[in-house]
Amino acid sequence: MRSRFKRTVEFLAERLLGLSATLSVGITFGILFILWREALPFFAHVSLRDFLFDSQWSPLFSPAHYGIFPLLVGTMVTTLIACTFAVPAGIMVALLLSEYVPDRVRTWLKPTIELLAAVPSVVFGYFALLVVTPFLQKFIPGLQGFNRLSAGLVLGLLILPYMASLAEDAFKSVPKSLREASYALGANRFTTAFGVVVPSSFSGLSSAAILAISRALGETMVVAISAGMLPSLSLNPLEPSATVTAYIVQVSMGDLPHGSIGYQSIFAAGLMLSLVTFSLNFFAHRMKLKRMERANG
Amino acid sequence: MKALISPQQRRAKIYARIFVTASFAILGLSFLVLILLFADLLTKGLPRLSMAFLTSFPSRFADQAGILSAWVGSLCIVILCLLFAIPVGIGAAVYLEEYMNKSWYANQIEISLGNLAGVPSIIYGLMALGFFVYQLGLGHSVLTAGLTLSLLVLPIVIVSARESLRSVPDNLKEAAYALGASKLQMIRHHQLPYAQSGIFTGVILSLSRALGETAPLLTIGALTFIAFLPQTPIQPDFPFVNFNWLMDPFTVLPIQLFNWTSRPQAEFHQNAAAASLILVTLTVLLNLTAIILRNRSRRKYQW
Repeated sequence: MRSRFKRTVEFLAERLLGLSATLSVGITFGILFILWREALPFFAHVSLRDFLFDSQWSPLFSPAHYGIFPLLVGTMVTTLIACTFAVPAGIMVALLLSEYVPDRVRTWLKPTIELLAAVPSVVFGYFALLVVTPFLQKFIPGLQGFNRLSAGLVLGLLILPYMASLAEDAFKSVPKSLREASYALGANRFTTAFGVVVPSSFSGLSSAAILAISRALGETMVVAISAGMLPSLSLNPLEPSATVTAYIVQVSMGDLPHGSIGYQSIFAAGLMLSLVTFSLNFFAHRMKLKRMERANG
Repeated sequence: MKALISPQQRRAKIYARIFVTASFAILGLSFLVLILLFADLLTKGLPRLSMAFLTSFPSRFADQAGILSAWVGSLCIVILCLLFAIPVGIGAAVYLEEYMNKSWYANQIEISLGNLAGVPSIIYGLMALGFFVYQLGLGHSVLTAGLTLSLLVLPIVIVSARESLRSVPDNLKEAAYALGASKLQMIRHHQLPYAQSGIFTGVILSLSRALGETAPLLTIGALTFIAFLPQTPIQPDFPFVNFNWLMDPFTVLPIQLFNWTSRPQAEFHQNAAAASLILVTLTVLLNLTAIILRNRSRRKYQW
């Protein structure tokens, strides 16, 4: 009797735990499904061609235009600024931490970087708008109050810790024997780091960079606060612009009724964004899995 | 001795020096930024911090505005978030580490977990807007916010719990089995206690993340101006508790500070600085605790 009760408990526990694990798959598909379902009426109203190729985005004004391109330009410019800074900087910091400094120093240095990641993005937005922009305006005369430059730079700071920790993982997965072989041939730390560790972790670094880019694409509050909310096709970093994420925030702050075109448009924008980030993440994950397979022989 | 160093080696030495200097410069710069940020928040925000700031509702007069509804909202939502995320997250981690064998399905879970950790937070907000707010009809409520954030932090809880479960050595597990423990007993009495501090670290990190998250709560319709509190859960007559507060509208600390930052007047920026100061202090302290815990548990168990 007792043992049967025990077996039932075991069985139920396993099912319950399995259900929790399945939830993560459920969420992934749930996200895509909900975005798709809510965006569908939007595409009944706006043709895919207009959505992708119209050069204006003004869904809330008349005449309404529904070209996502200006939002994508804003997203790309801020992401580009962020990653030009954060990707190389993150790799360098990671290389320094994993190949150069002794363990004792590392346990002190690493938390510094990690604490940067503790600052909420809305506070970084405050920082970009009210500290970085006024500071940069002293040196760059044409810089407007809302601009992509400070948004991009602060965005870079925000993804730096993320990039650094991903790159460090990539360096860690390089087998010790490779390093020792390099030292045995008389190479010093620098030559080993740049001649052996960096090239052999190339795929890991690429997947790290892709994940960092995807993070920058989806970051919201920094750009919503400090880049302004003006959709624009210009590439000038000194001007304001809207990003895909900032547009979603802008619409959400107004009280849009369920089912209006504005409501549908944020789902269309969100669908676009999630398709891009999902495929980037998927690609990066694939690269990582492949690398692990190769490392395990 | 000098002649033994070839020009190539000399060049490598110079490059090495440049590299090390530049990397330390980046580290220094990011530290400097953190300090600058704190200095700015302290100089602008500290004068505004007072008991009145903590106990007043927002107002259109900057000097009378406070963060009462914001911090109460944050507290309710974060508690709800952890209430959902901790059991589900740990459950998923235990299943993935202890029960699941390598299969096609295991691979799918693995892939979607990797994916979820990289989904932009605002996308969770949109999903919650379509699903919790309209499909389930939960409205722009405290409950919706808690559920949304719990989905958001779920990958953090799962990943950290899995890592700490994995680091428990197999011989402990086998010893438990050898003494006749069932799988569930082994997990409850051996795996989980040893993985405890690692799991706790993950929980603290998700708490810090949930506290600072803004964008998904904006999309599900957090109010930026709210001059009342959720209803109290305790009432004088039977059954003495009620859950009406779950359905109340809400605001949170990050949204309040976003609102103040977006206003043109400098007085509101001071309020924003004061609110930021509180928020950053909380999240940095939480992360610091997590880091210290992690380092300590590494030293405590040397497998």
